[in-house]
Amino acid sequence: MARIPILKMGAFLLVTIQVDMHDRLALTLQDDLTTRIVADRAHGVLIDISSLDVVDSFIGRMISDISKMAQVLDAHTVVVGMQPAVAITLVELGLSLEGVRTALDVERGMELLRLQVSEG
Amino acid sequence: MNLSGKSQLAGILKKHEPEILADWTQSQLAASTLRSDLMTEAELREQSRQLLNALQRGAQEGQLNDVSGPQWQEARDLLTRISRSRAQQGYTPSETATFVFSLKQPLFARLRKEIGSDVTALADELWLTTTLLDRLALFTTERYQQSRDELIARQQRELLELSTPVVQLWNGVLALPLIGTLDSERTQVVMESLLEKIVATSAPLAIIDITGVPTVDTLVAQHLLKTVAAARLMGADCIISGIRPQIAQTIVHLGVDLADVVPKATLADAFAIALKRMGLAVARAGA
Repeated sequence: MARIPILKMGAFLLVTIQVDMHDRLALTLQDDLTTRIVADRAHGVLIDISSLDVVDSFIGRMISDISKMAQVLDAHTVVVGMQPAVAITLVELGLSLEGVRTALDVERGMELLRLQVSEG
Repeated sequence: MNLSGKSQLAGILKKHEPEILADWTQSQLAASTLRSDLMTEAELREQSRQLLNALQRGAQEGQLNDVSGPQWQEARDLLTRISRSRAQQGYTPSETATFVFSLKQPLFARLRKEIGSDVTALADELWLTTTLLDRLALFTTERYQQSRDELIARQQRELLELSTPVVQLWNGVLALPLIGTLDSERTQVVMESLLEKIVATSAPLAIIDITGVPTVDTLVAQHLLKTVAAARLMGADCIISGIRPQIAQTIVHLGVDLADVVPKATLADAFAIALKRMGLAVARAGA
């Protein structure tokens, strides 16, 4: 089964979602990511969803859950590159992803992560 | 009663066309619904002549009690054209319908003269004619309404396109000055164009200025909050400026939670905050 690759960049983990998310894939990602955060002692996770065009309530919840789990594991999460259609869908679904930090692109997302980690 | 639709109407129309036309035009010119400011006498005469011709050709084929058939195509096209042009010229619906109704009097007078002795036949003919003209007048009014609806829909579309400009105040600062009442359809367009522009310019800050919005109800407040939430999900922050005193009162009375939104009194204040957040400052030249 296909997996979403998790790349290590210094103290951060980079996840780029470039395929259509389905529920199994999302659950696998959740599993892999939490394992990697602990294994690599990562302090930050950057999730790039700029290629994601379609989102449903499950995927929305998954993004929010991953962020909370990372927080419990002492890692900050930033979601970057959300498409307007996806943002509107999530808001209409009532999922405003409270507590999830967002940025426009990977560059700004990295900057935000560094800032957060240096603040503790 | 003669319900088959066969009638002497076609013959009478053909035989006495010039007289009927003369009577009809005269009564239209004398009527109080005449709009000499909108249409010349020659135009009116031409329209009347065309309709009378179409009527005669339609009646020749029979079927006076159904104007949806192919033999009435010419009359329908003509009436569509006339009601369309009158709707654009600013005629009222009743003035437009009166154009058809006013044909009744000269036509009835002619029928009475021709078959006056036979009361039953006259009653039948009158009934057929009046039904026919009523149907044609109804058709005219319907077309009039239709063209008005099209006009309104077009204007609405144009207004929608004109009223939602997203402007770039600075590199990385967008402004969305909202003017006029917000309904859900308009807010949808506003929301989409703002989010598209945020992606296109990768601006981390957007100022929504609602100085020009007269009233805010729960729905509008909800829409504004949704826009702010969607922008935040994409990684951009929103500042709302220009909230009027009445709107502030309404928002509090309605119990809308604006805790996530940064409010600023004026667009200038919002812009100052935006510059500050980007680490920029405005300084006097030469100082």
